Amino acid sequence: MSLHAQDDPELRRAQEERLRAVWAPPQGLFLRWSDTNNDRVGVWYTLTAFAFMLFAGVLALIMRTQLAAPDNDLVSANTFNQLFTLHGSMMMFLFAVPMFEAVSILILPQLLGARDLPFPRLSAFGYWSFLIGGVFVSGSIFFNAAPDGGWFMYPPLTTRTDLSGLGADIWMLGLSFIEVSSVAAAVELIVGVLKCRPPGMRLNLMPLYAWYILVVAVMILFAFPPLIAGDILFEMERLLNWPFFDASRGGDPLLWQHLFWIFGHPEVYIIFLPSIALFAMLVPTFARRHLLGYPWIVLAAVGTAFLSFGLWVHHMFTTGLPKISLAFFSAASEAVVIPTGVQIFVFIATLWAGRVVWSTPLLFASGSLAIFVIGGLTGVMVAVAPFDWQAHDTYFVVAHLHYVLIGGTLMPLFAGLYYYWPMITGKKLSDRLGRTAFWMLFIGANLTFFPMHFSGLEGMPRRVFTYPAELGIGGLNLASTLGAYLFAAGVAVICVDLALSPRRAVGKRNPWDAGTLEWVEDPGDDTHWGVRCVPLVTSRYPLWDQKDFVKKVDEGRFFLPDAEEGRRETIVTTVLDARPLSVIRLGTPSFKPMLTSVALGGVFILTTYHLYWAALVCGFATLAMVLWWLWTGTAEIPEKECKPIGHGIELPLYVSGSSSPGWWAMFITMMADATAFSGLVFGYYFFWTRHDDFPPEGMDAAPGMFWPLVAMGGSLASWAVTVAAREVHARGGVGAARMLLVAGIALSAVGVYAGLAGPWLAGMDPEAHVYPAIVWTLAVWTAAHSGVAIIMMGYTLARSLAGRMTPRHDAEIRNITVYMHFLALTAVVTYATIGLFPEVA
Amino acid sequence: MKRGLPGWARRLRVTLWTLIVPPTTWAVHFLFSYLWASISCAKVGAFATVPVLFLIGTILALIVIAASGWIAWMQSRTPGDAPPHQDSTDVDRLRFLAKSTLLLSGLSFVGVVFTALPVVFIGDCR
Ligand code: HEM
Ligand SMILES: [Cu+2]
Repeated sequence: MSLHAQDDPELRRAQEERLRAVWAPPQGLFLRWSDTNNDRVGVWYTLTAFAFMLFAGVLALIMRTQLAAPDNDLVSANTFNQLFTLHGSMMMFLFAVPMFEAVSILILPQLLGARDLPFPRLSAFGYWSFLIGGVFVSGSIFFNAAPDGGWFMYPPLTTRTDLSGLGADIWMLGLSFIEVSSVAAAVELIVGVLKCRPPGMRLNLMPLYAWYILVVAVMILFAFPPLIAGDILFEMERLLNWPFFDASRGGDPLLWQHLFWIFGHPEVYIIFLPSIALFAMLVPTFARRHLLGYPWIVLAAVGTAFLSFGLWVHHMFTTGLPKISLAFFSAASEAVVIPTGVQIFVFIATLWAGRVVWSTPLLFASGSLAIFVIGGLTGVMVAVAPFDWQAHDTYFVVAHLHYVLIGGTLMPLFAGLYYYWPMITGKKLSDRLGRTAFWMLFIGANLTFFPMHFSGLEGMPRRVFTYPAELGIGGLNLASTLGAYLFAAGVAVICVDLALSPRRAVGKRNPWDAGTLEWVEDPGDDTHWGVRCVPLVTSRYPLWDQKDFVKKVDEGRFFLPDAEEGRRETIVTTVLDARPLSVIRLGTPSFKPMLTSVALGGVFILTTYHLYWAALVCGFATLAMVLWWLWTGTAEIPEKECKPIGHGIELPLYVSGSSSPGWWAMFITMMADATAFSGLVFGYYFFWTRHDDFPPEGMDAAPGMFWPLVAMGGSLASWAVTVAAREVHARGGVGAARMLLVAGIALSAVGVYAGLAGPWLAGMDPEAHVYPAIVWTLAVWTAAHSGVAIIMMGYTLARSLAGRMTPRHDAEIRNITVYMHFLALTAVVTYATIGLFPEVA
Repeated sequence: MKRGLPGWARRLRVTLWTLIVPPTTWAVHFLFSYLWASISCAKVGAFATVPVLFLIGTILALIVIAASGWIAWMQSRTPGDAPPHQDSTDVDRLRFLAKSTLLLSGLSFVGVVFTALPVVFIGDCR
């Protein structure tokens, strides 16, 4: 036995004491809600999403009860509209996506052997936004004010304020707020997977769950922003009467359908891939062997992610688009079957090649795959345009979508629940109750949704609150309703199982004998540090393959076993090869995230009720909160340059630029921002292709070339000046860099002024026609971004003046440069579009 | 095994970015096809009987995908340690990324061909 510092039990105990103290959750009835540690926030998040699922399920039961018999009058048509809209929207926005984020926040750090994700406070912010927005949206049904336009909210019925009430605003603004938190979580997860892996865990050793999370989070980044862009246009129409979707003033309702489904189809995969990811963790465990074909899974995940963005128009087959365009999307729809099939075959092959241990989680997994495959088959049917023309908007589609969602999302999550419950609580759930519940769910789901194929083909349209007895579909509907009750009873059995859990005894650690990192920690004791020490990983299943792995972790023999300075820390590594780069200090419990989300929630909620001044106040409060949060919590200059993490390795405590998580977060956020922007630009060119009167006679000269070109020049100059400031600053020219920042502020101000002056001085009236409306939208978007640039440069200047930014510690200026790159791009596209394009076209 | 792997291809580093070249090419080609069809249908009223622009775009996309697949294939044969190639070494990571890229180019190739087919079979704007 070699002599190693960790051989000293005294030292180990002292280290554990320090770690325990640093990671201790805040106590007390009130303070506990300031927690930001992933093990708490993740649990809150999961429970909240689960509760929303139950609520949405109750809404579904009411609907099914109404539909049990022909000509039933349990609920009115109006209530029924609210029921299905809220059921669908909640299931998609308040359950499926947040659940994936919740589960990932909970288990990803463990899976990566990290103490926490890089931005714990951002997770907390996301959680509080989700809670506030979710309660706001779902609570509306108790005031008879729930949205009633269906989960895809097609205009013009929903944009005309005389035909739809407050509900539409609640949907748009409430869910936009939640989308913000989804994007925040995506940023957190991407940076977590890329930068917080343990040393040695190269890309080819990453747990498959992490691969899927990476892919799904990237998909969120490209799928949600177009919807946010759509929401913006939608609310401009409802609140300000800008006619984006109003055909009588040059608008087009189809634009909404495009923006919605560019989000809506990938969404289906966004909620399906994480479930597959759970399978990828539990199948090897129960097959007792490595997963076969690791690169094939990566192919499947990445391939599905890409192809799924080429499918959106298959939801629009009946809108009268040219057949040639439909055909492209039909082709892509068939192509996506390839990667989807690959994943399923990889699992089957792995089970085939292994020694299978039949367990409750595996039972759920295989049952849900069976259901999913039926949904996949009907999916291929509706992807064939002529069939879709027949089945569109009938119960056939309702059957298809629920097979996919229940087999692809709900049941896999139950598999994950049974699998991971012991990891979180240390206790196993009951096998007997689990199996009972499984069979009730399995039979219930089939009994509910299989008959719907036939009621659909018999001619029952979806979204009807009742149907005449003469249609002869009473029996089929009764069967569906009975199935729904059986299904609900199955869910109730699971809830009972969960409720009994606190009374059960703590079981043994790693009860399934899994091989992956998340099982290293012992959930039985009261530690909250994530991992005792950050391990060195040299295998895909370290618990199986690396000798004495768990013991070494327990004894703190790997990296960062201590918290000498009393700070929460984790290791940051390189993207490809997970070579250690630095130690970062993590955010500690704080109320700032919660207060920020309250302020931001105020903006959205007050706008819903047209209380614009109060909303504006909340907007300023949000800005102030964010600045305070950043000022006090980020890019702190450490008390020393480096610190040892054990085994003779010293790592810096401060990094900036592309090796720091903050830089990545900025980069990724800007990708989302650029995607939202392209949604708006798409709108402009969409109108141009579809309407010959765009720009209309008499308006085609506005806003002219002069002001847009001045704005473009100003923005590009402020970009150049920022890049110069970064370079000068890095070479020690602090004073010069400050001057350049001041110049940058002035130039951005030119961007704001000239950008708005174009449409303003041309007297463009956005209510008159869609052309001025979309020009204004692009101009305002870009000017607002120039405004944000002013704030960022001011902030950076202030940091420099306060001595919080030096040539060695220059994260702020490097991060804002990333922002400026994207701003320059935005400005070029906007001003070329509104200033130059009308000349060319 | 080094035979056939030109120096420049060996020097090309495999990163996460190279992994997404083939599917990105598919995406660009897809978007291009869609925009080309919808713009020519909306503005010209019909598309040309011999769509040269479309043909060039498709061939270009296929060439890019095939090339990145070929490079990936070469790199996936970099000699190194013994199978099963799942250790924490430079070579294994390189081979893994190269192999995944290769698989993705296969999928993207099929995707591009699928997208091109409708033009052959439909050929008008109705
Ligand atoms: C056994 C459980 C469930 C039952 C009984 C059920 C029942 C229903 C019913 C009756 C409708 C209305 C269909 C119509 O009139 O068009 C509906 C729509 C919908 N459901 Fe479910 N559902 C269940 C689970 C789920 C799950 C788990 C999800 C998603 C994760 C989901 C997502 C949707 C969506 C997106 C719609 C469309 C809403 C709309 O048309 O606007 N459902 N469901
Ligand atoms: Cu779809």
